[in-house]
Amino acid sequence: MAKLTFEELDKLRDEYRAQRAQRSWIRVGTSTCGIAAGAEAVYRTIVDEVRRRDLDIDVQRVGCVGMCYAEPLVEVNVQGAPRTMYSEVGTEAAERIVAEHVVNGNPIPGLAIPGIETLGYEDDGLAARQGKQVRIVLRNCGLIDPTKIEDSIARGGYQGLKRALFDLREEGVLEEMKASGLRGRGGAGYPTWLKWKSLREAHGPEKYMICNADEGDPGAYMDRSVLEGDPHTVIEGMLIACFATGTSRGYLYIRAEYPLAIDRIETALRQARRMGLIGKNILGTEFSCDLEVRLGAGAFVCGEETALMHSIEGKRGTPRPRPPFPAQSGLWGNPTNINNVETFANVAPIIVRGGEWFAQWGSGKSFGTKVFAVTGKVRHSGLVEIPMGTTLREIVVDICGGVPAGHRIKAVQTGGPSGGVIPSELLDTPVSYEGLQELGSIMGSGGMIVMDESDSMIDIVKFYTDFCVEESCGKCAPCRIGGKQMCLLLEKIQSGKGTWADVDTMKRVCLAMQKASLCGLGQTAPNPVLSTLRYFEDEYRALLGAR
Amino acid sequence: MPDAVMVPDISRTVQKWRNKRGSLIMALHEIQNRYGYVPRNVSLQIAQLMDVPLARIYEVVTFYNYFKLEPPGRNNLSVCLGTACYLKGAPELLNELKSRLGVSEGETTPDGEFHLQSVRCVGCCGLAPVVVANGETLSKVQPSSIEGLIHRCHKEE
Repeated sequence: MAKLTFEELDKLRDEYRAQRAQRSWIRVGTSTCGIAAGAEAVYRTIVDEVRRRDLDIDVQRVGCVGMCYAEPLVEVNVQGAPRTMYSEVGTEAAERIVAEHVVNGNPIPGLAIPGIETLGYEDDGLAARQGKQVRIVLRNCGLIDPTKIEDSIARGGYQGLKRALFDLREEGVLEEMKASGLRGRGGAGYPTWLKWKSLREAHGPEKYMICNADEGDPGAYMDRSVLEGDPHTVIEGMLIACFATGTSRGYLYIRAEYPLAIDRIETALRQARRMGLIGKNILGTEFSCDLEVRLGAGAFVCGEETALMHSIEGKRGTPRPRPPFPAQSGLWGNPTNINNVETFANVAPIIVRGGEWFAQWGSGKSFGTKVFAVTGKVRHSGLVEIPMGTTLREIVVDICGGVPAGHRIKAVQTGGPSGGVIPSELLDTPVSYEGLQELGSIMGSGGMIVMDESDSMIDIVKFYTDFCVEESCGKCAPCRIGGKQMCLLLEKIQSGKGTWADVDTMKRVCLAMQKASLCGLGQTAPNPVLSTLRYFEDEYRALLGAR
Repeated sequence: MPDAVMVPDISRTVQKWRNKRGSLIMALHEIQNRYGYVPRNVSLQIAQLMDVPLARIYEVVTFYNYFKLEPPGRNNLSVCLGTACYLKGAPELLNELKSRLGVSEGETTPDGEFHLQSVRCVGCCGLAPVVVANGETLSKVQPSSIEGLIHRCHKEE
């Protein structure tokens, strides 16, 4: 295919959109979670049935809409019948869906998820399920075939890049990003525009843009879902960032544990390159940029930016002290900017619709939406995208259905091994970077683990501490030694041989790790311990006796 | 493994990555994908052909969990020990596998049939607990289904 100009991009969008508007379709969610639940067999059954009956309908493989608990998901849209989402579809149900819904036009209420068809969520590109959600990052996930750039373009893909190149230019992009209030979604929450500005003002023979897709927090998988379900939105976000900062080279650092995400992003990169959306003179302008994939190899610490850069350089992923910050001296000593997947996925909608549009959600210092992976002891586990300011209770209870009947929520854990537990009585706290920090936890990358009365808080703390000990790179003493000592003390407490003096020692170790560790891994590893001591001291008391 | 078979494969990998900056990890991924581990004689050749000290290669291979220095089993079972899986019974799955296979985490059965390991998080938390069997992700696994899983692996060969 010849390289696109911006007029051709618009023409293609209109063409693809018109083609799609007239088609009937069946969509099968085939992300990692769908496939794990058996979606491939369902997809093959539907394709066979459609072929056998010679039906004029598109059967599409799409990403994850976020309702992981109900996988495999099949959505059907045919003329004369309401659009319907079917849950937990097996091969027999798939045959019935084709026979009854597609052929006869009668949706099968018993198999459908109630309420989903009434949302009509394709209208303006913002999809919602179960009320309170606002879909910006996940706007295309589950609606497009991620292996087809045409699907992405039909839904406005690369329009943000076009606006950046032709209308806003570099300064204008930074202005919109500033107005949006977008902060890093990887956890640290640094204002994105400020990072970009630093890189723009930095000088070096070469500059680099890095997408951190080393989603290491166990229990968080929103980045995987975006990469698998809508890879072009990440690429577009990176290209816009490269343009605004005067950068012509970027890397996507993806963890090796996500083979499907790697595959989908590589396909997307090839397609974008073929169309001239990556490479030399993009959309006919002077802007040239190339992006490449680099793989992680199973090291949690590589989520830390200086460690990640060492890993891209082909070395052990050990962190180094900052300053210098990556914008001054990053990859191979050159100015570098790093954002995570979810941050980049927010960029194109901000550029298309404007920063003010984005800032309508949230308040204070937290704007826009945040995606959470809500898992653990919850009825409807999956991905939810909520506006900042939504309370934890709304997420866990209203959207995700709370804990199964007969149980009660004991706590919610956010931020993974770097975060803390939040007891059920504080669940009315609105989600914001500062709000969660005040509770002794962090926003983190978006893992949200729900725990019920049967879960021991000390057990979960031990789980996270073990994790940090195993993942500590060993470079600095506070993390390497402190983590191990904390583990030993926790084991002693668990065995019933501990004393309150051990708790005091543990607190001192925590303080040393927080103050003296080289990177975020060690500095935040005490958070699970400290937050359980703050909210669940009675569980320690049960093992240690009264103080 | 005869050297004659390996050399052309390795030279392809080397050619692809030699002139790209910082590509040692990518080259090692290709090696591991091909052999299931990073054999020592291959490391020696990589060192020579890519002009990297062998110590640098081992420094990297031993740092990252993903790279293995021993050949895998004919069947590879990974139990996800992410937080959601942990809460939903992954430790019981791991114990069940350990006792049925008679190996510890990170070990291969003496007949080379099964390799058992735990993984950090495969990002399939909504369907926890998860076991990855020969690359296929299995969801909502129960201890009672472990026997059938082992049996199926045997049969599929």
